[in-house]
Amino acid sequence: MSLLTTNYLTPTGREEAWRFTPLKRLGGLHDGTAKVGDRQSLSYKSSASGVKFERISRELATSPVETDDVVMQRVREGAHNVATLTIAANTEVAETITLSRSAQGLDSAEFSRVRIELGAHARATVIMENTGDAFLAEDVEFVLAPGSNLTFVSLQEWNTGSTHLAKHHAIVDRDASFKSITVTVGGSLVRLLPSVEFIGQGASCELLGVYFATEGQFFEHRMFVDHKVPNAKSRVNYKGALAGQGAHTVWIGDVFIRAAAEGTDTYELNRNLLLSDGARADSVPNLEIETGEIVGAGHASTTGRFDDEQLFYLMSRGIELSDARRLVVRGFFNEIVTEIGDAVIQDRLMDRIDNELAKAGS
Amino acid sequence: MSTLEIRGLQVSVNTDAGAVEILKGVDLTIKSGETHAIMGPNGSGKSTLAYSIAGHPKYSITGGTVTLDGVDLLEMTVDERAKAGLFLAMQYPVEVPGVSVSNFLRTAVTALRGEAPKLRTWTGEVKDAMEALKMDPAFATRNVNEGFSGGEKKRHEIMQLELLKPKIAILDETDSGLDVDALRIVSEGVVRAKEANNLGVLLITHYTRILRYIKPDFVHVFANGKIVEEGGAELAEKLEANGYAEYVGS
Ligand SMILES: Nc1ncnc2c1ncn2[C@@H]1O[C@H](COP(=O)(O)OP(=O)(O)OP(=O)(O)O)[C@@H](O)[C@H]1O
Ligand SMILES: [Mg+2]
Repeated sequence: MSLLTTNYLTPTGREEAWRFTPLKRLGGLHDGTAKVGDRQSLSYKSSASGVKFERISRELATSPVETDDVVMQRVREGAHNVATLTIAANTEVAETITLSRSAQGLDSAEFSRVRIELGAHARATVIMENTGDAFLAEDVEFVLAPGSNLTFVSLQEWNTGSTHLAKHHAIVDRDASFKSITVTVGGSLVRLLPSVEFIGQGASCELLGVYFATEGQFFEHRMFVDHKVPNAKSRVNYKGALAGQGAHTVWIGDVFIRAAAEGTDTYELNRNLLLSDGARADSVPNLEIETGEIVGAGHASTTGRFDDEQLFYLMSRGIELSDARRLVVRGFFNEIVTEIGDAVIQDRLMDRIDNELAKAGS
Repeated sequence: MSTLEIRGLQVSVNTDAGAVEILKGVDLTIKSGETHAIMGPNGSGKSTLAYSIAGHPKYSITGGTVTLDGVDLLEMTVDERAKAGLFLAMQYPVEVPGVSVSNFLRTAVTALRGEAPKLRTWTGEVKDAMEALKMDPAFATRNVNEGFSGGEKKRHEIMQLELLKPKIAILDETDSGLDVDALRIVSEGVVRAKEANNLGVLLITHYTRILRYIKPDFVHVFANGKIVEEGGAELAEKLEANGYAEYVGS
């Protein structure tokens, strides 16, 4: 892509990809009016062997795929380097690799590019911990060589007032598996675009996520899974809770099974728990199928309130209403949060969820 | 010594088509140590009685009183009734996804006792209670009632009865869906709870077989939303032989 490209197609809000997003709250990230600073808030901590972290200059870091997202196009033009984490072929990294981002500043935007590459048969878990005051547009790419296995956890625990737009794009080759767990509990506006592109047979992905939006928060998670080769498997499971006036979440699950993708097995699920009036959850699963020769393709989406029967059952054992609600909400998220596999993080998130619920005036 | 007193209880259920009256004036007194069996045809309102006493939000009390040791239960929230000493073993125990049995039990006992139990002794109590009901210890880590078989759910209810030590327990068809061995195991649990805590029991059932293990002091026939006859254990035998024809359709 030319560095001189200037004819971006600034979204108007009528485009399918932008129709839910409050453009006014993007601080100009979408139309080029945002002032971009020169920050690098991402840091790397690990001493594991076979793992390399380096910042590769923009000129040397060509992206394996084009992007049609205008914000990501701007990021690719604007970021000076690509923070690149490489895990050598046949390396099994036992310890969790942490990338922490403590963003500090709402006055100018940060454009950030990150790439995580796994060599053939490599295996790793990477956690990206996002905290602080963010005004961030971020392009994260994953390249999984044949037989590799990556678990990627991204935690959006931003302070109030933060804006975060990101694309997480995974290219998954033969027999490789990609698992992502996305947690969005903080920030004013967060829009994440997790996408997976299968390029080799036998590849698989599991996209999991939880989000909890309270008063005034807008959290959008828009998936795209591209089955372009035969015999790949995808699973999507996102769960969200909403409470408070103006809390708004959007979940879009686009799955595309191309004509060549025989033997595809896909299922996507989104469940939302509405904890108060004045909150809105949009949930749109969408399957596009070009071949009938598949193992399975399904989706489900539900949005509901507290189940009176569950609350009654718990309360009939002496548990008071606020505790019963807390148990039910924790239980709702538990299935996905435990997948993180780190007790400290899990406890911290569950405590945060308790606090959000308490703030929502249960 | 505790007394649950139900006087002239009238209850309706809220439906899309408006309120429908189900209970039409129920009078019943249950004291510590007593066992009362309620038998009656399907749809006569037995579960409605159980749920109304426990405070299920689906039902509206339109008349009458329910007191435990003179204190008005109907004014209390559901959890307050449990804290006052009431327990309901449900006909259809509810699944609570993502909440483990051990977490649920610990939360409940903490609420009932007003303080967290000592971890070591509590773990032992739970283990013993599970063993007594021949439940695999693995149930402690499973989610509440999720994927439990019908019989497992009922054992889990009675295990809670033993652990939570109420004063008065209402058992709504705890015997339904149990195999012969499970019926005995569950019944023994109820009898243990009676002996340990001088529990008063209101036992709703369709069958006399559970009454062989848990001997009723009183049998009440329930039809059309009220008690229509009362007697001793021999009444249950008569009902099993003759059915409810003489009480309904009048
Ligand atoms: N939401 C509702 N709408 C209409 N009728 C209802 C509703 N809920 C309960 N009922 C009616 O109330 C009546 C009493 O029900 P209840 O469950 O108390 O019966 P039961 O005696 O426990 O029966 P069973 O022996 O089958 O368990 C039934 O006729 C039932 O259909
Ligand atoms: Mg019933």
